[in-house]
Amino acid sequence: MLQYLARRLIIAIPSLLGISVILFTVLALAPGDPFEELATNPAIPPDVRAHLRASLGLDDPVYLRYFSWLSAMLRGDWGYSFVSRIPVDQLILQRLPTTIAVIGLSQVLALAIAMPVGVYAATRPYSVFDQVANTLAFIGFSLPTFFTGLLLIMLFSIQLDWLPFVFRTSIEATGWMWWWEMFRQSIMPIAVLGLFQGAAWTRFVRSAVLDVIRLDYVTTARSKGLPESRITMRHVVRNAMIPVVTLVALQMPVVFSGAIVTEQIFRVPGIGSLLITAILSNDTPVIMAVTFVFSALVIFFNLLADVLYGWLDPRISYR
Amino acid sequence: MYEDDLRQMIGRVQRGMLSRRGFVKRMAALGLTAPMATQLLAITGAAPAAAQTSSAYRPTRRGGGGQLKILYWQASTLLNPHFGSGTTNQDASRVFYEPLAGWNTDGTLHPILAAEVPSIENRGLTEDGRSVTWKLKRGVKWHDGQDFSADDVVFNWEYAKNPAVAAVTSGSYRDVNVVKVDDYTVRVEFNQPTPFWADAFVAAVGGIIPKHLFKDYAGANARDAPTNLRPVGTSAYKFVSFAPGDNLRAELNPNYHLDNRPYFDTLEIKGGGDAVSAARAVLQTGDYDYAWNMQVEDAILKRLEAAGRGKVNIVDGGGIEFVQLNCTDPNQEVDGERSSIKTEHPAFRDPAVRQAMALLIDRNALEQFIYGRGGPATANFLNNPPRFRSPNMRWEFSIQKANDVLDAAGWARGGDGIRAKNGVRLKFLFQTSVNAPRQRTQAIYKQAAQRAGIELELKSVTASVFFSSDVANPDTYTKLYADMQMYTTTMPQADPERFMNQYTSAEVSSKANNWQGRNIVRWRNAEYDRIFSEAQGELDPVKRAALFIRMNDLVVSSNHIIPLVKRPTVSASLNTLHPVLSAWDGTTWLLSDWWRDA
Repeated sequence: MLQYLARRLIIAIPSLLGISVILFTVLALAPGDPFEELATNPAIPPDVRAHLRASLGLDDPVYLRYFSWLSAMLRGDWGYSFVSRIPVDQLILQRLPTTIAVIGLSQVLALAIAMPVGVYAATRPYSVFDQVANTLAFIGFSLPTFFTGLLLIMLFSIQLDWLPFVFRTSIEATGWMWWWEMFRQSIMPIAVLGLFQGAAWTRFVRSAVLDVIRLDYVTTARSKGLPESRITMRHVVRNAMIPVVTLVALQMPVVFSGAIVTEQIFRVPGIGSLLITAILSNDTPVIMAVTFVFSALVIFFNLLADVLYGWLDPRISYR
Repeated sequence: MYEDDLRQMIGRVQRGMLSRRGFVKRMAALGLTAPMATQLLAITGAAPAAAQTSSAYRPTRRGGGGQLKILYWQASTLLNPHFGSGTTNQDASRVFYEPLAGWNTDGTLHPILAAEVPSIENRGLTEDGRSVTWKLKRGVKWHDGQDFSADDVVFNWEYAKNPAVAAVTSGSYRDVNVVKVDDYTVRVEFNQPTPFWADAFVAAVGGIIPKHLFKDYAGANARDAPTNLRPVGTSAYKFVSFAPGDNLRAELNPNYHLDNRPYFDTLEIKGGGDAVSAARAVLQTGDYDYAWNMQVEDAILKRLEAAGRGKVNIVDGGGIEFVQLNCTDPNQEVDGERSSIKTEHPAFRDPAVRQAMALLIDRNALEQFIYGRGGPATANFLNNPPRFRSPNMRWEFSIQKANDVLDAAGWARGGDGIRAKNGVRLKFLFQTSVNAPRQRTQAIYKQAAQRAGIELELKSVTASVFFSSDVANPDTYTKLYADMQMYTTTMPQADPERFMNQYTSAEVSSKANNWQGRNIVRWRNAEYDRIFSEAQGELDPVKRAALFIRMNDLVVSSNHIIPLVKRPTVSASLNTLHPVLSAWDGTTWLLSDWWRDA
């Protein structure tokens, strides 16, 4: 097992390096630089801009810039944001709590919907409940989040005036009022993301459970006279979970990367909105850091999923 | 009628022989607008400077106004006025730092950290135009309690002009010399007579940062100063917290140097999102007090306004949407460069073609159906401040007339309906950035041109590419590898010198200067160059205004430049809020004077 883990981790290194090279090259090839706005401003002489570029090392050849970024990264120095001149790790840490709270809760909500609904629908296929759940799930993942987001805003903020649609990080209230305000402003983004994700997962859980529930060992368990709840939980769900774990594990890095569209609509200051503004202003250190951490997380959660298989199904062994 | 008559009349006003009202009336009779006439009086010293009364501030005590919530759909990332590239960062820095003076929306100066606006009368200005002496306000304190003095002002000059600091404001400071006269007086000295002296220490580039906190970061380490993100200024609001790209909070400064100000106890500027929902948050739900830069279709704004909670503020400035007809040939390569000034555009060299092109765009339709209140039609390139607005230009939309002009010039229609002459066909590539109103304008232009036998091939380039300075990209607007193009240019100051230099021969954009020259249309005119350099040294404000009007007339009547619509700044605020806005300064330039009906 340990040997297997070590091997997987060693394999991860070249893939991370490869990812960083590709990211860096693509960013270097993209048009524009962080001082674009200065170019159209007649009050700023062109040589000031040239000097700024030089001071940030933007005039060096791409490979030199890559190696200096890589060596700094290996030393744990994430670099400075070009546009706001604070360390990138600080910038990310500032956004992390909101991202984890909002996106994390939306994933929890998605799971909380998908698991019971999917399993229950699969144990009674083609019943009324299954039909309704299926229909809603189809609607759920067919509607894009920007649409449901606007729909919720129109309904709850503008027509009913119940919930605010601008997410604020500076709520003055303290104690319970703070939690209440926080809840009020988070509920729409969480619902939009959670329902979308939950709809897709419901379909997936249902089909995974359906695949297992028809197997002979389930019939055996039933004929032994085990209670239905025990069969479902112990024998069906556990085995049906293997593909679901892969899916959920691959979805987990998203908690870090945020949700660009939803964050933009509700003005949630998460990592997704950090990433998109960094991309728009060509803030290479921030883009590199966010995407690099994201790819590292994808690799890590992949590994985690593989390890979880072994626990769910002891027949799968690692050598 | 030109400046001789003007001067005579102003003299009569000064001597008391003609009333100011009489002067304005006579000017109106001559086709000059009333604002232009009053401004002429003000800048020649014949009327009290309007600058002292730029806002009708009514609250009678400091504080008590609760929270002011402002929404920007772009978020600020930095709080140092010398590094703030872009309006959002400049506005955010301006919440904390104040310049010596700011610009009123009528193009006059409003003293902030200066005790008074320098003039010849108060001996702030000299007759030779080589220096300006600023008297500083006494008793001003930084937010940390230290005294503000001339040393701080001089430090800002040293800081900004230092190449190692790489300040974006350096252009305003490196060609001047600043001398401390005493603790509350500084003198800015120029190398040559400078009619436009209000650049250094004024408005967006003029925010004064404290010497005692920045002196250790006045070199290559300037960008690492902790105070870049935790400002200590002199303004009405003190720093509370800042999350780059998201949220900025401030609170009332109990020691502010003006009585009864500010009105609000706390201030929050939230960034991010999109313009339409920002408009909604102010006009429809009233969650926020003020939303910046409403780049939203006017029809939507009108619908939101109907809720009755807020209003749209339109501030007329110098922004202009216009079309350029390339002077050079984009299809011919000379020394590895297209649109080289060694070539001439085969069709646009004929004034008749350019005149026809100017006759073929229906500015009324643009104003009515596309831009609404955000784009009034105009015939001038230089529209504001009013004293620089030419009364001589007219615009007209007439397909019939365009056809006549082209027929007379010998451009005959071919079998496909497209006009040609000596093998040159009137088929033009018309480029602009991707932007819904621009694509609709392109379509309107194309239809009209077709009826005059001119074919326009439309091209739209993503804004981030079109407006970039990427030397390797052929689609940038400064390269102008097309027959014609359209975009908006803005006027950053209340003085047109820097605005009008974009048609001088020295500024021609070319490979030699990495396409960083500002004369993108590559128009060259000896008379224009001569008048421009004359204006650069002309100290008489009346004569100078006349020169700029002449420059506008020259470039517009060449028809290489076709002005379409003005682009005023549009913002939204609650009905109860009284913001003080200016076309020549940032949104937050006079935040100290914002208040709300109780």
